[in-house]
Amino acid sequence: MIDGFLALYIFMLAAFTGYEIIARVPVILHTPLMSGSNFVHGIVLVGAMIALGHAQTRFEIVIGFIGVLLGAGNAAGGYVVTERMLEMFKPSKPGTGKGAH
Amino acid sequence: MSWLPIAIKACYFLAALLFILGLKRMSSPRTARGGIVWAGYGMLLAVLATFFLPDMQHRGLIVAAVLIGVSAAWWSGKRVAMTAMPQMVALYNGMGGGAAAAIGAVELIGYVRTLAILHPAGIPDTSPLRPESWAINALPPISALVALSPVELALGVLGALIGAVSFSGSLIAFAKLQGWLDKRFVFPGQRAVNLLLLAAAVLIGVLLACGHASLPLIVVFFALALLFGLMMTLPIGGADMPVVISLYNAFTGLAVAFEGFVLGNEAMIIAGMVVGAAGTLLTQLMAKAMNRSLGNVLFGSFGAAGGEAQ
Repeated sequence: MIDGFLALYIFMLAAFTGYEIIARVPVILHTPLMSGSNFVHGIVLVGAMIALGHAQTRFEIVIGFIGVLLGAGNAAGGYVVTERMLEMFKPSKPGTGKGAH
Repeated sequence: MSWLPIAIKACYFLAALLFILGLKRMSSPRTARGGIVWAGYGMLLAVLATFFLPDMQHRGLIVAAVLIGVSAAWWSGKRVAMTAMPQMVALYNGMGGGAAAAIGAVELIGYVRTLAILHPAGIPDTSPLRPESWAINALPPISALVALSPVELALGVLGALIGAVSFSGSLIAFAKLQGWLDKRFVFPGQRAVNLLLLAAAVLIGVLLACGHASLPLIVVFFALALLFGLMMTLPIGGADMPVVISLYNAFTGLAVAFEGFVLGNEAMIIAGMVVGAAGTLLTQLMAKAMNRSLGNVLFGSFGAAGGEAQ
């Protein structure tokens, strides 16, 4: 397990990182970025796998299984949707997404 | 310490790095497309590494759930129309929130079970709900059992609360944008009712976090949290939904970060916290781009007596 204060430092630094990443983003990228960050928190899949992997009773297994299902949906769906949105920003296609660069 | 745990930790570290770099690339139009691919490699790495964690059980079930979830989401995401993208983001985000809540639920139930074994006299006998009655595996020896620390318990409960609210709220957002729920659901005193719901959920959450965990209490806690997410989202109009989805996106990120702390998983803490912070700022930027404040979006429909109908 992670020491409490170490975790607090990680929380703080990660929060500033997230803030800095978004600070100067053009308006046209708001929705794709929302979708992209939606994909990134699909990492919850890993947590759900660990929870199911350590489940001891039938009830825990059922909930863990649902958790893994949902987490996998978050990760896979988030990726597909973001990728399709960002296809509009292909560098080879001028005009589609270059407006606000 | 053998090399395997180190290799897994290294994979989580690389995944966290790829997530941050990917998000960074996604925030500029020229590099945006590559960004999602980088983040995708990070996810693949983290998920593959997790299969090699020591003392994982039910590997077959895990593989089955991952395969079903991935293929269903992949299929639906590929064939949905471009105009329907926002509600798909809401749906997948809700799934993430639900997964975080499920992790919290498993941890809380495990905590109750552990306490029941460590202090058999301390847990009242409520026969069908007695945790031992579900046992299908031989339980580990008492010496191997460690109950969650108070901080882990508190953050686990908080993450579960936020995740459950994000789950039911995102599903309502999805249903509204999909056109399944046309009407705005408004009644007098709604704000007070919602506040009461939230207060009740928080109160029970505090009870759970203080170690008064029992199975019925856990069930009531999740029911209240889910109901609050539902009631909070129902009165919000469809035009404001992108802002609300972005807010729930940030919520899910926070929930993932807190559950990551409970599980001792650094990749979840970092990815979740980055999304929580980025999502919060993004929500504010989106509200600003619509010339609204966040409070106005969330609560505008309550007090104004239907001032902005449609």
